Amino acid sequence: MLDVTRIRADFPILTREVRPGVPLVYLDSTATSQKPLAVIQAMDEFYRHSNANIHRGIHVLAEEATAQYEAARQKVAKFIGAASPRQVIFTRNTTEAINLVAYTWGRANLHAGEIIVLTEMEHHSNLVPWQILAAERDVRLEFIPVGDDGLLDLQAYQKLLELGPRLVSFTHMSNVLGTITPAARIIQMAHQAGAVTLVDGAQSVPHFMVDVQALDADFLAFSGHKMCGPTGIGVLYGRKELLEVMPPFMGGGEMIRKVHLRSFVPNELPHKFEAGTPAIAEAVGLGEAVDYLTSTGMDAIAAHEREIVAYTLERLEEIPGVLVYGPTAEHRGGVAAFTLAGVHPHDISQILDSQGIAIRAGHHCAMPLHEKYNLPATARASFYLYNTFQEVDKLAEAIYKVKEIFGS
Amino acid sequence: MDDLYRELIIDRYKNPLYRGELEPHDISFEDENPLCGDFIRIDLRLDEEGQVKEAAFSGHGCAISQASADLLIESVQGKNLDEIKALTKEDVLEMLGLELGPVRLKCALLSLKVLKAGAYGLGEASDELVD
Repeated sequence: MLDVTRIRADFPILTREVRPGVPLVYLDSTATSQKPLAVIQAMDEFYRHSNANIHRGIHVLAEEATAQYEAARQKVAKFIGAASPRQVIFTRNTTEAINLVAYTWGRANLHAGEIIVLTEMEHHSNLVPWQILAAERDVRLEFIPVGDDGLLDLQAYQKLLELGPRLVSFTHMSNVLGTITPAARIIQMAHQAGAVTLVDGAQSVPHFMVDVQALDADFLAFSGHKMCGPTGIGVLYGRKELLEVMPPFMGGGEMIRKVHLRSFVPNELPHKFEAGTPAIAEAVGLGEAVDYLTSTGMDAIAAHEREIVAYTLERLEEIPGVLVYGPTAEHRGGVAAFTLAGVHPHDISQILDSQGIAIRAGHHCAMPLHEKYNLPATARASFYLYNTFQEVDKLAEAIYKVKEIFGS
Repeated sequence: MDDLYRELIIDRYKNPLYRGELEPHDISFEDENPLCGDFIRIDLRLDEEGQVKEAAFSGHGCAISQASADLLIESVQGKNLDEIKALTKEDVLEMLGLELGPVRLKCALLSLKVLKAGAYGLGEASDELVD
């Protein structure tokens, strides 16, 4: 059991009032999580005490900064069960990590007529990079359908695998429906068909234990800012054999071993993919976030979110006119996207905001999924380790208030 | 906040006076706000002097976007295209009687953007039209 009262005390922002007398109820952690004091302090301390550029300076500060940056990489590697920290590449975010694979592995390996399999519930970040590649290389995109139950149709997936795709790239947890996908099974099926796999872990890594070796994932992409870390830092994990033969992504300093006027020799992993000065303080902050999540316990966090979301479904579904999208609580992470008959989600969000409740309204960077369900937009409440059952009650009460204003 | 959802806005959202499509029309333009999926189409019929004889909007979206479209259409009756081109963000906010943050401003101004893009005969609407 999580001691949520103690956890809330770790997050300075949760004590603020949105306006006088109106405390913050933050239900938008799927967009970005709040940050514990330990993370804020680790970055502050880095800038006050150890700030320097990394890897080449021969002075105390450079050595400290390098050690802290690389220690963060080791923490992340351990957190996701990677065999080696060399398989952990720091990027800006999930989007950049997926683009890295599309631009390097994709362009080195995919040819006209070949197939990439995605799902119908991908975030735009795991859709548009492949659309760009598809247009450039005449590659075909196929999609695993999502049923009305919010679950992937694995029989249709099996049929798609018979087409011999080169890559299967899929979300581990939908940022709209909250569906947790059977990643190990999807990967195993892909491997049997000879396909490489990429897991979009933007919503999974922050919320439950993800072990790349247990999953047998070839690539895993995720962001620091959704897991109590800062913005500007994300991760690409890759299988060593794949990363080693992939061409570099961006060219510049740090990614090279040797440079001549007309040629260069790329650096080793992971530096080959980290051109230019990286987000050093942010990496340090991410390392601290990993420590925070680990000491809190990922299984306890996942269990807490399961209970909160089950309670949310119960409270929302009892409100006349409310429709919640996605699967039953057992297949769902801490996300509840919903609509209220007669009221646009933006209006719901605005009225909730007046009561201090932060939710998200729109298509949540998943327009094709909304098209499929024929919805212009949904309202979305999402949860993390610091959310309480009382906050869910406030959400439900506020939706009744929306109904009152709109007379619906 | 509850100011935002004053009677006027809720009323025009639920019971718009100018919702519809005009076939045939002299000018028709449509656009959406990709952030939130608000969609507005505006049709105009002009008389011999180039003044708006009939106008209507269609589409879907939040109360702010739909109510502001209805109020805007009401205001363009009898105006000529030059007068429409001269409409500004402030005109729309005055009709709504609201002050809006940057996100909701896009909802409120979508209809003006569509109207002006149509009046100018542009291929594509641009935010510069409503800055």
